[in-house]
Amino acid sequence: MPVTRETAEQWIRAYAAAIAEHEQALTQLDMAIGDGDHGANMQRGFQAVLSRLGSVAEGDLGALFKLVGMTLLSTVGGTSGPLYGTLFLQMALKTQGKHELAPEELEAALRAGLEGIIARGKAAPGDKTMIDALKPAQEALRQALNQKSSLAEALRRAEEAARTGRDATIALVARKGRASYLGERSAGHQDPGATSAHLLMECAARTWM
Amino acid sequence: MNNPQDVVTEALRGMAAAHTGLLRLNAEPPYLVRADAPVQGKVGIVSGGGSGHEPMHGGFVGMGMLDAACPGAVFTSPTPDQMLAASQAVNGGAGVLHLIKNYTGDCLNFEMAAELARAEGIEVEQVLINDDVAVQDSLYTAGRRGVGVTVLVEKIAGAAAEQRRPLKEVAEIARTVNARGRSMGMALTSCTVPHAGKPTFVLAEDEMEIGIGIHGEPGRRRMKWAPAAEVAVMLVEPILGDLPFQPGDEVLAFVNGMGGTPLMELYIMFAEVARILEGRGIRIARSLVGSYITSLEMAGCSVTLLKLDGALTQLWDAPVKTAALRWGG
Repeated sequence: MPVTRETAEQWIRAYAAAIAEHEQALTQLDMAIGDGDHGANMQRGFQAVLSRLGSVAEGDLGALFKLVGMTLLSTVGGTSGPLYGTLFLQMALKTQGKHELAPEELEAALRAGLEGIIARGKAAPGDKTMIDALKPAQEALRQALNQKSSLAEALRRAEEAARTGRDATIALVARKGRASYLGERSAGHQDPGATSAHLLMECAARTWM
Repeated sequence: MNNPQDVVTEALRGMAAAHTGLLRLNAEPPYLVRADAPVQGKVGIVSGGGSGHEPMHGGFVGMGMLDAACPGAVFTSPTPDQMLAASQAVNGGAGVLHLIKNYTGDCLNFEMAAELARAEGIEVEQVLINDDVAVQDSLYTAGRRGVGVTVLVEKIAGAAAEQRRPLKEVAEIARTVNARGRSMGMALTSCTVPHAGKPTFVLAEDEMEIGIGIHGEPGRRRMKWAPAAEVAVMLVEPILGDLPFQPGDEVLAFVNGMGGTPLMELYIMFAEVARILEGRGIRIARSLVGSYITSLEMAGCSVTLLKLDGALTQLWDAPVKTAALRWGG
């Protein structure tokens, strides 16, 4: 399935549904090492996104991603708001005026989003954050596309890499965000941000399979 | 409560209704602003953070303290559009000072808000508050948390702004207060975040947690109950050694309740703190006892010490008229 404005909207809707389904689980993970609000914050943001999607029905991909980014920025708060907001705003800049993306363009947009998150959050791989799921996903996606894999196959590998990255956060000691205040006690818990980031890649793989 | 989804909105509405002459509520995006804002020629001071720490920050909006407070969802930082709107509302032409507690979410959102405000031609200074000595190895964490000193920075910087001092100077005073203040907290129970509906962490009947933050994040050490005298030592010693405080210092001593601790117990803690300081030759020149920066209904307390000098003491003594703190004038 090609990456069009319509399928990208399906991706966003699928992610909103996944957040609703996993809200409690995300909050549970956050209660263990943070402050127990990740699920509720993401749920609030994506419910707002759903309610506003109709207003860009005619727009291009850039308009869609901008709406998502701005809505998250103004409704989520915490770290998820600016970080996921930045991801989608950077994707919007890369896809302005476009109604369809080649697989390489989708990867470039995701990469710009990831770079935006890294710049905004000043976190690095291994800090026990969403980057630990997103960066391996973006790298797997790029590598698969370089090897001439189909978009579906490349996204499948990206999802796998995100899952592996997410699981690897369990052993890590947090160095960023509220979990970092626990020091060594943060080890042994899966990072909630990496978990929601994996869900985003899982929804992409399901949307464009 | 009526509904977990509506706790913040309904609490803000109640606050605005209870303090009509002092502050007003902007509903969308939500922020509390002093009734006479913007005050021409005065630096506007904006603070904010997650809800659930009442009276901070809305309770400190008024003459001599904050011009606006941005409430986020419970324990979640507010958003950049809230902070931008609040900054616009309090800008009296002398610029705006953002007082930010050092949590990743607050930092990110205030950073974006400053970019937006500067793009609109508003002069913005930001001061980060990070006084919690419980956070060790700050090179490997997001840095120390902002806790009790926040109240003192807001009061003292607020007084400086009220005297019409320029933005750079008010910001410098805020940084000085932060640099000279240290805090440490403990909890006997966890709090329950309304939408989560159960305690964030579980302590046994006879256990306490030393070094907790204000978001129900567990502390660094769990141990069996100890008498107030021993708890006071566990809180005060790390503070004294950190700055370090010296014999002959004059301090402001602040014993803060986390929301579920009666004033009686806070005074017991204050007596123990005073005893330790006296033994060290440190004089308590000013004091504050009460629940000012809380963590919902968490039982526990924190101790904050601020090294005073004549100038800071004068600013502390200056009149203040807010919902939660008022004297003089």
